Amino acid sequence: MASYAARQRKSTTVMALCLLATMIGVVWLFLILFSLLWNGIPGLTFAVFTEMTPPPGEKGGGLLNAIYGSLIMTFMGVGIGAPIGILAGTYLAEYGRHSKLTPVIRFINDILLSAPSIIIGLFVYGAVVVPMRSFSAVAGSIALAVIVVPVVVRTTEDMLLLVPNTLREAASALGLPRSHMIRKVAYRAARAGLITGVLLAVARVGGETAPLLFTVLSNQFWSADLLRPMANLPVTINNFINNPDANWKQLAWTGALLITAAVLSLNITARILGASKDGQ
Amino acid sequence: MSAITESVSTAGRALLSDRARVLKSMAFGDKVFALLTLSAAYLVLLVLAGIIISLIIGAWPAITTFGLDFLTTSRWAPQLEPQPILGALAPIYGTLISSFIAMLIAVPFGLGIAIFLTELCPHSIRKPIRLAIELLAGIPSIIYGMWGFFVLGPFLANYVEPGIVAVFADIPVLNSVFGGEMLSNLSLFNASLILAIMILPFITAIAVDVFSTVPPVLKEAAYGIGCTTWEVVSNVVLPFTRVGVVGGVMLALGRALGETMAVTFIIGNSFKISSSIFAPGTTISAAIASEFAESEGLHQSGLILLGLLLFVLTFFVLAAARLMLMRLEKRAGA
Repeated sequence: MASYAARQRKSTTVMALCLLATMIGVVWLFLILFSLLWNGIPGLTFAVFTEMTPPPGEKGGGLLNAIYGSLIMTFMGVGIGAPIGILAGTYLAEYGRHSKLTPVIRFINDILLSAPSIIIGLFVYGAVVVPMRSFSAVAGSIALAVIVVPVVVRTTEDMLLLVPNTLREAASALGLPRSHMIRKVAYRAARAGLITGVLLAVARVGGETAPLLFTVLSNQFWSADLLRPMANLPVTINNFINNPDANWKQLAWTGALLITAAVLSLNITARILGASKDGQ
Repeated sequence: MSAITESVSTAGRALLSDRARVLKSMAFGDKVFALLTLSAAYLVLLVLAGIIISLIIGAWPAITTFGLDFLTTSRWAPQLEPQPILGALAPIYGTLISSFIAMLIAVPFGLGIAIFLTELCPHSIRKPIRLAIELLAGIPSIIYGMWGFFVLGPFLANYVEPGIVAVFADIPVLNSVFGGEMLSNLSLFNASLILAIMILPFITAIAVDVFSTVPPVLKEAAYGIGCTTWEVVSNVVLPFTRVGVVGGVMLALGRALGETMAVTFIIGNSFKISSSIFAPGTTISAAIASEFAESEGLHQSGLILLGLLLFVLTFFVLAAARLMLMRLEKRAGA
């Protein structure tokens, strides 16, 4: 057996490598954030929020229609997906706790949670865009909703399972019907967790691009018609990157900065909310 | 006297019927709510079924036209007249190779970070570091793609890759794997590196979780007989959590296989299989993302078939990952 000093040396070496790996990991985050800020801030003018996306080769312009479209579709996607997710999570954690169906649904849900988002785009293309014969904001919202559901199912189930059974029993002993017990007691006890789940879902779909590419397409102009293609930030960025136009490139960086800032602050908010729950 | 009794009993009856009505409506609401949750749960299953069915329907023309040749043909000529020739070999190759390289980079890094966080890190900075790593997971993939396209790609092509090419230039086999006369910003290797950065947080998060399931007594016993930190990690922590770590790695692999936007910008979208990892290539998801919007007919069907293949592939990888993690959970619970 190697001498103690040699073993100690080996251990120190490996641990130094682990420290190095951690430093590289953290530095990487800052590198990405730094280049976003460096390239994005110069383009962050008032016009970004008040003007439409410019045609190629033209100066000026902003991202108003894209920001509007992203907000609408994220809102609709979460509006459709979150209630379904909360209800399904409620079934898993409350009614179906001992049902044979529950492990199956949980398993499928976990797979959907990490399924490639471009597949969701293909699915919605086949299921919504083709029958409706038009790319539309509705199709994009449905694609986002399909991504929201598994995220919310997972967090809802986890959070409801954390609610102590004694609370449920106390409510039932008072004669509350089960649905009242769930809504008035279990939901209330798990409220912070449920909100965290929905926020995380918003953060997840806020920057999703792949499922929007061929469900809403994009739109260079202002459109509030939900049955037509609608401008949105991720796809606009996607289109602007692939173009040599300097103005478009600048807008792409600024849009990327906006998305990242929004998504990361949602993430942090959700975490703070979740952590304050743990502390209680 | 009798009138008073009469009115009291009427009020009592009214109260009783009110109570019955409320109870009845509550029971009804109860049933409706239970049914709602059950149907939402079934909807999750329906989504999966819907995905599979709609992909098969969309891919059917391509399946009947190309059959198994689709998997072995490396030519991708969607514009060919009278009928396009479509083969999935190049995107499948690109998907597997880029994910493989990404795992090769991300797994040691991810485990290293997890070991640092669980064994070495002072408590006060553990949380900020975990947060930083987890925020990496929160950044949308298009941002990674953009960053790789504008920042990382040019940096690698100008400063890093020429050096690697020069080092391996005289070694047979390796000089073709790491070869390239014309280094471009777009290559399989660049895409793999971006993928590695993207999946790093997943591996780290799961590894930290499973490492913390190791009972402290086991580690303390190992330290007690004089083991060094690395010996504790390699002889106690890793064997104890092996299944969970493999599960987490496969979960990350599932992500890497299907990642789209980060890859599409920097892989070059070339359907040529090249021996060099510094040459452009394509993946299944990149091919779909870059061609689907302008495709029609058989070409579109071929792309959907590619999507079906990707879904089947990731389904099995993710299912295996979940089963492994479930096994660990069961043991931790027992």
